[in-house]
Amino acid sequence: MEFIQQMINGISLGSIYALLALGYTMVYGIVKLLNFAHGDILMLGAYAGFFILTFMGVTPASMLVAFIFSMTICAILGIVIERTCYKPLRTSPRIAALITAIGVSTLIENGARVIPFMGPNPKQFPTFTSINYDVFGINISMVQIVVLGVSIILMVLLNYIVNGTKMGKSMRATSYDMDAAFLMGINVNKVISFTFAIGAALGAAGGILYATAYPQVQPYMGLMPGLKAFVAAVLGGIGSIPGAMLGGFILGVAETLTKGFISSKLADGVAFGILILILVVKPAGLFGKNTNEKV
Amino acid sequence: MINLKNRAFNILTLTLVSTVIFVILLILQYFKVISEYTGLLLTLAGIYVIVSLSLNLITGFTGQLSLGHAGFMCVGAYTTAIAIIKYGMPIPIALILGGIMTALFGLAIGIPTLRLRGDYLAITTLGFGEIIRVIIVNLDSLTGGAAGLKGIPTFSNTGDFIIDAIIRFSWVYIIMILVIAVIHNLINSSQGRAIISIREDDIASTSMGVNVAYYKVYAFTLSAFIAGVGGGLYAIFFGYLNPAMFGWLNSVNFVVIVVLGGMGSITGTIIAAVVFTYLQEWLRVFADFRLVIFGLALIILMIFWPKGLMGNKELSITGFIRQLRSGEFSPRQIKTKWNEFRQKKGRKKDGRAD
Repeated sequence: MEFIQQMINGISLGSIYALLALGYTMVYGIVKLLNFAHGDILMLGAYAGFFILTFMGVTPASMLVAFIFSMTICAILGIVIERTCYKPLRTSPRIAALITAIGVSTLIENGARVIPFMGPNPKQFPTFTSINYDVFGINISMVQIVVLGVSIILMVLLNYIVNGTKMGKSMRATSYDMDAAFLMGINVNKVISFTFAIGAALGAAGGILYATAYPQVQPYMGLMPGLKAFVAAVLGGIGSIPGAMLGGFILGVAETLTKGFISSKLADGVAFGILILILVVKPAGLFGKNTNEKV
Repeated sequence: MINLKNRAFNILTLTLVSTVIFVILLILQYFKVISEYTGLLLTLAGIYVIVSLSLNLITGFTGQLSLGHAGFMCVGAYTTAIAIIKYGMPIPIALILGGIMTALFGLAIGIPTLRLRGDYLAITTLGFGEIIRVIIVNLDSLTGGAAGLKGIPTFSNTGDFIIDAIIRFSWVYIIMILVIAVIHNLINSSQGRAIISIREDDIASTSMGVNVAYYKVYAFTLSAFIAGVGGGLYAIFFGYLNPAMFGWLNSVNFVVIVVLGGMGSITGTIIAAVVFTYLQEWLRVFADFRLVIFGLALIILMIFWPKGLMGNKELSITGFIRQLRSGEFSPRQIKTKWNEFRQKKGRKKDGRAD
């Protein structure tokens, strides 16, 4: 029973990682850039939700407003970051873009620390009073249902965008071969910006969910989830959308199982262990293709 | 034969120059021409130079971004401190032990991640830097946990404040010179050329017969070793350790230093590390804004000035002396050069007028 309980906790946490991992994997799939600032987008999204919820109080309607507001803000921010910081470096060596991403991440984290109404101190995130449902002796909280429900809705939506719309088709084409896509008349710049926007919006939603599950917000809150989401993306095969979802769930479950049965202190180390393991055993990830570099 | 003569000349000049700088700095400190505070900063700058050079070896020369150098310092610092406090080892052995321990960690991270192409090293080292702090907090019987490790004996305890300061400075300075010599010689050897070829194009270097994975792990392990020694010096320098001293922002600091100095330049890194140490002290008044400035600086540097101060060039004392001796800077030479320069400029102007 305890095991199933932990599994459910893990799936709920894993859905947040999955949302974040999707942002990593889509951006990586298209521009081959490891967007370190993605974890900080989670933080900004959580803060945006925090302001709306403190302003409007916690009701289902205000939750909806918070999600839409923070996803829009972060999508715009994602585009701005991509246009100003990453676009000038698209043709430079990869390490230059990586270092810029570190710079963006440092800038956002510490920018949040000095902005007066955000500040360095953790703030209590307003959440709804949680009701616990008892299903055959297993405790399922309202928060977990909301987290899982919202994540699944967003993932279905993403799946539709990528597989069912013209923009999604362009995205797939661009990630397959950017130059060829450009020659076929696809506006590659627009596609890249769109990808950053979607990734950031998912990250923002993940941020609100994360803050609902662990009810506080602070400027460095995105660092660890961002790191774990990256591990989830690698685990599923970086560049693969279903892989990122599965990777997120596996990572969430692994973490809560460690927390529940081994030691709560080791929980942060588990993601790291999984990363090393996957790099040793199957570097392409669960859903990744083994590609050979061509000159 | 000429090569051997050149080498002897290089070694002699460089030893002489570094000794002269060393003696001058010692005299300045002894007679209090520079204040104790400046002396402390100089010593700290030496440690920063050591760790930044180790990061430059892997990031600038090998082209693999490492974001865990604060974590490596942390391992080295704790190993050295524990070896001294708990086992009473002399400082040199404790420092080497710290380096070896860190190198083992580097090896354990490097082997799985570096045989792959791509940016796995960056994220793995970032993860390592975070995890190592969790481990140290949890091993509190050995490391003092979150409260920190106190009572690390300093380099010397003569009772005379100035003598202590000078001994402390000498330790750091001499190890720094050794590290510079090791990295400089490595980069100018056949191994160094293999390492640089990986940065330039790893596929091309594979086809030329360079064992890419081996050299990447080699450079990374050496880099970890040096960072560990730097961490050990840091531990003895402060006499107190706390996991919070080695946070992720410290790793970013070293990246800023390497980028500012120029990725792939030893002298650039040295200059940048010294400037950075002072800058950090001056900017202390700005508190949290300091880190905002660093983040912004990284972005702006990468977009507008990716070469940094020195690019991949070096300031060479021996090269300068050779130029002097070959008459490059004789008044007549300078005059002809100046004339050439002016003519060129004039021609350019004419071209534009057309």
